[in-house]
Amino acid sequence: MKPNVIPGYGLTFGYALVYLSLIVLIPIIGLFLKAAQVPLEDIVRIATSPRTVNALRISFGSSLIAAVVNVVFGLIVAWVLVRYKFPFRRLLDAVVDLPFALPTAVAGIALSTLYAPKGWIGGMFSANGWLNKWIAAQDWLPFGLNALQMPSWKIAYTPTGIVIALVFIGLPFVVRTVQPVLEEFEAELEEAAATLGANRWQTIRRVILPRLMPAILTGFALAFARAVGEYGSVIFIAGNLPNISEIAPVLIVIKLEEFDQAGAAVIAGIMLVIAFAMLLVINLIQAWARRRFGDV
Amino acid sequence: MFEQDVAVYDSRRPVAPHDHTRPTTERDWVKRTLIGIAFVFMLAVIVLPLILVFVEAFRKGADTYFASFTDPQSIAAIRLTLIVAAISVPLNLVFGICAAWSIAKFEFPGKAFLITLIDLPFSVSPVVSGMVYVLLFGAQSALYPFLKANNIEIIFAVPGIVLATIFVTFPFVARELVPLMQDQGNGDEEAALSLGANGWQVFWRVTLPNIKWGLLYGVLLCNARAMGEFGAVSVVSGHIRGKTTTMPLDIEILYNEYNFAAAFAVASLLAMLALVTLLVKTILEFRYGDELAGTRKH
Repeated sequence: MKPNVIPGYGLTFGYALVYLSLIVLIPIIGLFLKAAQVPLEDIVRIATSPRTVNALRISFGSSLIAAVVNVVFGLIVAWVLVRYKFPFRRLLDAVVDLPFALPTAVAGIALSTLYAPKGWIGGMFSANGWLNKWIAAQDWLPFGLNALQMPSWKIAYTPTGIVIALVFIGLPFVVRTVQPVLEEFEAELEEAAATLGANRWQTIRRVILPRLMPAILTGFALAFARAVGEYGSVIFIAGNLPNISEIAPVLIVIKLEEFDQAGAAVIAGIMLVIAFAMLLVINLIQAWARRRFGDV
Repeated sequence: MFEQDVAVYDSRRPVAPHDHTRPTTERDWVKRTLIGIAFVFMLAVIVLPLILVFVEAFRKGADTYFASFTDPQSIAAIRLTLIVAAISVPLNLVFGICAAWSIAKFEFPGKAFLITLIDLPFSVSPVVSGMVYVLLFGAQSALYPFLKANNIEIIFAVPGIVLATIFVTFPFVARELVPLMQDQGNGDEEAALSLGANGWQVFWRVTLPNIKWGLLYGVLLCNARAMGEFGAVSVVSGHIRGKTTTMPLDIEILYNEYNFAAAFAVASLLAMLALVTLLVKTILEFRYGDELAGTRKH
């Protein structure tokens, strides 16, 4: 250790380490010990049972879709916030962080009500929803246009609802990782591309997007990792039907309520291992980006 | 007549702004489309849910709305939420300062690993965060006979809720302070020490004023999460109404009982907390941006 005149190392480091161990490390090690006590054939049986496999597939599948949606729209939102001036820009910017601040249970019941067949948005795609009733009531329309109906599309209480909730909680991760990189993007690069004859689309695709790639991947991984473990905002909108719309965290809770701690621990262990792997991937992306582009 | 077909650059003729696109920006219709997409998307996913909370809360009138808060179970839930936040936030605050002090001011092996461990609760599912305590202290655990013999209740009681809340809000203050104090370096503290200040004086008079806005920022986010945590608390709480239900759990119970007005009334309180948090956060970033740590990433 370098000579250092600042006092308090022993006290602060010691306290931080003890607190970290008591609150985080010992409980998590306990989880793995519990999972390790489960006989191997039971682990395999729990891990390969159709309900577990389906729950993991639904969790990781909808998280993947949600993260892709977040990358596409998060990129647009970040781009618009950084590059354009328009009314309510600051408000839009502040609202991006709402999913960080709004409790998941509140988001869950709000999204569920919003996207239910009788909700404001769900009702736009429901046979008996407000939009179809409104269209039917417009009998002044020529050619019987008011007989046209919106396609029926059930969102809440289906796997689509899960994706909606996961898009909600994951969006700020993408916007807030891409935004600072976009803000510091050197205008000279774009000008150079333009002087070399690139059109705007070529500049964006060949110059700007590659430079944003590490941030996009990091945002994607963060949104994905958060989505995989999400519980509160999903359970209200999902419907939680086994094998169809039951995510892994819900299955863990069900196992715990049935006092099947071994089953819960095995599924939690699988999820933790995948979460650690995601963390590793995020760190690797960032290390790679630092080597490739300097600081990101 | 024919000149229009041939594009000839004429420096004397002013070029109308809309048919001259700067090479480093997009055409107007592209801009408008993208801004439109951003607004519609944000409206559908984030803004409408927020508005809906308040509309649903007041759907049956202001009287019903305020009556929701006289329900003893909701009052108990609000009180429990405040108690849990009042215990867990200060504990994580002290930890955050200690962790940041040791990581930022000193060099030691394994520092990067320690930072990763501090971030760990963020990458664990809330359900798993609660579950680790059920495994440790629950009825099937090795510790349970001892706890039972001494009448200590942890799971399905308030201590378990506090523990789960501490776990999920663990990194907030530390991850705000560590990069901030690393950026600030040791210069100010060394100057104070050379002028004869002791360790506590250095902390209270030099370090704390330097980090106060970053600290407030971390505490703000920590508190918002502590009051709003659902998954982890749900697993350890046992949902005993009026006893172990925090506000988010109360919302769940009311919603599942189809008591939507009351559920959204309680939800509106948490939504207001979120709005205040966002407002203070935006003000802090706007006014003291350079006194907060680097770029905002979560």
